[in-house]
Amino acid sequence: MKFAKLFYFGSLLVFLATLGCGGRQSRVEHGNQNQILHYGNGTEPQDLDPQIVTGVPEHHIIIALLEGLVMPHPKTLEPQPGVAETWKVSDDLKTYTFNLRKDAKWSNGDTLNAHDFVKSYQRMLTPTLAAEYSYMLHVMENAEDFNTGKIKDFSQVGVKALDDHTLQIQLNSPTPYFLSLLSHYSWFPVHLPTIEKHGAIYERGNRWTRPENYVGNGPFTLAQWKRNQVIVVKKSPTYWDANTVRLNEIHFYAIESDDTEERAFRSGQMHITQTVPLTKIEVYKKDNPHLIRIDPDLGTYYYRFNTRKAPLDDRRVRRALAMAIDRDSIVKNVTRGGQIPAHNFTPPETAGYTSDANVPYDIAGAKKLLAEAGYPDGKGLPPVEILFNTSEAHRTIAEAIQQMWNKELNVNARLVNQEWKVYLDSQQHGNYQISRAGWKGDYPDPNTFLDMWLTDGANNQTGWSNPEYDRLIQEAGRTADRDKRFDLFRKAEAILIDELPMLPIYFYTRVYLIHPSVQGWYPNILDNHPYKHVHLESPGK
Amino acid sequence: MADRITAEQFDPQRLETAEEGTSLWKDAWYRLKKNKLALISAIFILVLGTLCFSAPILPIQPYEAQNLAIRATPPSAEYWLGTDVLGRDLLSRILYGGRISLAVGLCATAVSLFIGVLYGATSGFFGGKLDSVMMRIVDILYSLPFIIFVILLMVLFGRNIYLLFIAIGAVEWLTMARIVRGQVRGLRRQEFIEAAIALGLRRRRIILRHMIPNVLGVVIVYATLTVPSVILLEAFLSFLGFGVQPPMSSWGTLISEGAKSMEEHPWMLVFPALFFSVTLFSLNFLGDGLRDALDVRASKD
Amino acid sequence: MLRFIVRRILETIPVLLIVATLTFFMVRLAPGNPFDTERAVTPEVRKNLEAFYGRDKPLPQQYFTFMKNLVTRGDFGPSTRYPNRTVNELIGESFPVSLELGLYSIAIALFFGLIAGVIAALRPNTLSDYVPMSLAMIGICLPTFVIGPLLILIFALMLGWFNASGWFSPIDRVLPALTMGGIYAAYIARLSRGGMLEVLNQDFIRTARAKGASEKRVIFKHALRGGLLPVISFLGPAMAGIVTGSFVVETIFQIPGLGRYFVTAAFNRDDGMIMGTVIFYATLIITLNLIVDVVQVWLNPKLKFE
Repeated sequence: MKFAKLFYFGSLLVFLATLGCGGRQSRVEHGNQNQILHYGNGTEPQDLDPQIVTGVPEHHIIIALLEGLVMPHPKTLEPQPGVAETWKVSDDLKTYTFNLRKDAKWSNGDTLNAHDFVKSYQRMLTPTLAAEYSYMLHVMENAEDFNTGKIKDFSQVGVKALDDHTLQIQLNSPTPYFLSLLSHYSWFPVHLPTIEKHGAIYERGNRWTRPENYVGNGPFTLAQWKRNQVIVVKKSPTYWDANTVRLNEIHFYAIESDDTEERAFRSGQMHITQTVPLTKIEVYKKDNPHLIRIDPDLGTYYYRFNTRKAPLDDRRVRRALAMAIDRDSIVKNVTRGGQIPAHNFTPPETAGYTSDANVPYDIAGAKKLLAEAGYPDGKGLPPVEILFNTSEAHRTIAEAIQQMWNKELNVNARLVNQEWKVYLDSQQHGNYQISRAGWKGDYPDPNTFLDMWLTDGANNQTGWSNPEYDRLIQEAGRTADRDKRFDLFRKAEAILIDELPMLPIYFYTRVYLIHPSVQGWYPNILDNHPYKHVHLESPGK
Repeated sequence: MADRITAEQFDPQRLETAEEGTSLWKDAWYRLKKNKLALISAIFILVLGTLCFSAPILPIQPYEAQNLAIRATPPSAEYWLGTDVLGRDLLSRILYGGRISLAVGLCATAVSLFIGVLYGATSGFFGGKLDSVMMRIVDILYSLPFIIFVILLMVLFGRNIYLLFIAIGAVEWLTMARIVRGQVRGLRRQEFIEAAIALGLRRRRIILRHMIPNVLGVVIVYATLTVPSVILLEAFLSFLGFGVQPPMSSWGTLISEGAKSMEEHPWMLVFPALFFSVTLFSLNFLGDGLRDALDVRASKD
Repeated sequence: MLRFIVRRILETIPVLLIVATLTFFMVRLAPGNPFDTERAVTPEVRKNLEAFYGRDKPLPQQYFTFMKNLVTRGDFGPSTRYPNRTVNELIGESFPVSLELGLYSIAIALFFGLIAGVIAALRPNTLSDYVPMSLAMIGICLPTFVIGPLLILIFALMLGWFNASGWFSPIDRVLPALTMGGIYAAYIARLSRGGMLEVLNQDFIRTARAKGASEKRVIFKHALRGGLLPVISFLGPAMAGIVTGSFVVETIFQIPGLGRYFVTAAFNRDDGMIMGTVIFYATLIITLNLIVDVVQVWLNPKLKFE
């Protein structure tokens, strides 16, 4: 039968085609020889304009292309000289004077001077640009007023070029974490002449971030951008510290799926991944512990309580629910990525601050509180709803918590999963009872965790409000002394944890895979790894 | 052929009664009973369906009961098909999941079959302007963004299991309609249909009694192809917050969960996929059997 | 025939306008908007964002502006998700990738699907029916998100013949094309078997055989024409789906195609991108269905263009 022959012939062809390839050098091996780092970077970046973007994948690329006044130490995150060689702080801790290095250059050869910073901050704060991270600059005097359009004259904002190489920044109040803010990309300079050439300066949609146009001042330059595929950066010859840079290229791969990423890593296509699929964590820990890393992270995974709606407007119900959760079991059996059980909101040792507030795991106490609230043994309590955005991890955690409440308190919970934007919408409009959330600190300071719970804070979204709490946080904002400031934060957090508008579950960790050839990649809470300290060494050398 | 019709015969009313003859369905049932494979398949589906729908009264573990201490374990005496990552009994989750998957698979396919066949047959039979308009409507429906459509449905009507059938039915009938229309357009030009039209039989009757039976073979094949895609579509919809809500399971969600850990916990993929596949094979054999049984022409042999 | 095609192309215009209108309002009615993020945007920033994208205007005015740009310039505006690219650029970059993969997949699907289907139909209920049809059923039972990772595990990780993911060298095309083509091959096999069986039982085939026509002639000259009708009807919409890419396959293999935009644009509420992909897809669907209708007439001389 001819058809049959054709069929088998076709199959044979495909089979042979698949056989014909093999025995090639992996990307990792090739990279090790040529100092090319292959980096799995998660989602495709929205843009590479530091004043437009908001995400983590963007952060990873932008710190290769641009450099701010200071840069973090790769291990301790202590501010190190960047574009600024030295800096001085006034006695009232409100005026910072930066001396910029004279050999700092843009990648097109232009000298980088203090005016570039002033103009960059002006662009960042101009209302029409609608920079989502503009609030990071609000610590500067009058910056918020300019950003919201209350004043039109930028010269009133607290940033000035005293001369070509001296930049002065005036703050609203002493801000102990100011220098660590500066390593956030919202504070990075941009090359205005280039931006002007490729579109409207103060509007979105500018084309200066395309590879053929990009001008930066960082250790690398943008060489290639294949959307949804790879972004290639190459070592910059104009960078002031080019001698320190040992990598020749970094390839940032846009890989959305953690499974795909893990498989790419396993087949030698990638030096570093963003995450590890849940089921693979155990396997790597057991079989290849040298390939998996678990770093601390500056973030908290928690559930919001909608305090505007019964029965969760009752503090006792909220506390009972929070006390009935076995966080150790969740961390050990469900998330399994070395996370730390969270009994308060601010991660321990955030810039030296550790809260003493504590929600205990106490079933008996929880039962008592629930009875006091009028629901002895859960009787009379209508089912509560846990809202989460669809994801395997969130679902599994919610299922575990649902069981705990059911078993320990006889409280029924219903799980509701919603598509991402619907979930955000429900949360913003208060259409939920309990809602999954996560918060990652913008900078290493307790303030970034505690000021979100201010009355009507944009990220509060629970309806919770406490005047004493607001007062303490605001006072801390005006306080320069570190110990006094932390005391105020401790008092505030004690109120927060007593009232519990949210239910802390665990503190994040970053779990990722890394090839042993990568050197100079140190664990730190901000996931900030300055590439100029990174290099590759073939194993066995 | 038409020229031999006498005046006496030319009475539509009489023709319609005359052509009934032996019942098509009785013959079909007789032939189906003789097809062992189809019969076994039918029995299997019935048994499986009964098991799934009586899951609450079966002596199995509850589908939501967790055992965090054991997590995912391979099949054992206690858990016949193993457990999932939260230590829940997989057998129970498959049986409970079968309820929604079988219901969705069969109901949504029935909906798409019903709409698709009628719509396609009408469009193809009448042709001309009507066909144009009907097919352009199909083009429009093909094009609308499905995810947004589902989200809107959910917002407007809340989460409701019947909406699931509507959402799935709304997309799945389109290709069925296109296929049926294509077949009917070809049949329409064949002598026996032209004759029936020339005889003045009512259009509705021609479509129902002559067109549809003649396209049934292809329709059944496509319907059995619709079942798996509908069952998997349900998993995607539950991702959008539609479909089943955790901790309840469905075959689609179990398979996609299992696929994620196929290396570490192969049983989590193999068993749900096995239930899914055997069901599809059975439906397929049953479908083929039905097709053979209903084949008008083969019966002349 | 020319008149028919011209008329159909004219019909396309109102269809696209209806699709654009419906989609526009559906997207706007759906909860959530492009500027919602986990970290809430300040009200001032949100106001400025809305002003930039023209979303501060009343809805009807937004609609007319949008339609004007679309009709006069074919412009879908900027993508809210990727601010330095326009929708047209994004589609222009990614469609060739999906098209390439799609064509390989269709070739695989047609080759294996048709042959398997025809073999099976010629000897129904024998071994040469059961073997290809069981293979096809297995293809149908294993969804792409199972078969894709499975192929990678075997051929990339265990045997090392391929890269686990990516779209860089020509061999990166093999596994995704097999994943996608395999499923459609299964569909085509089932449909062509069904279609062929219908035809082979019909009187004119019996007549042809009775007249002593060679089996080859019977199959190629008579049976295939009618037998492939269902496959052809199916191929219209299926091809539109294949050449615009599959979200699942593109994600599993990390392929920079158009398919993932259909899903991510909706999830991001990137309205420009949603409109762009929808209109693009609509145009394809209409074109392919037109081709299907032409081919049907060509295969069956009794049909006329009407």
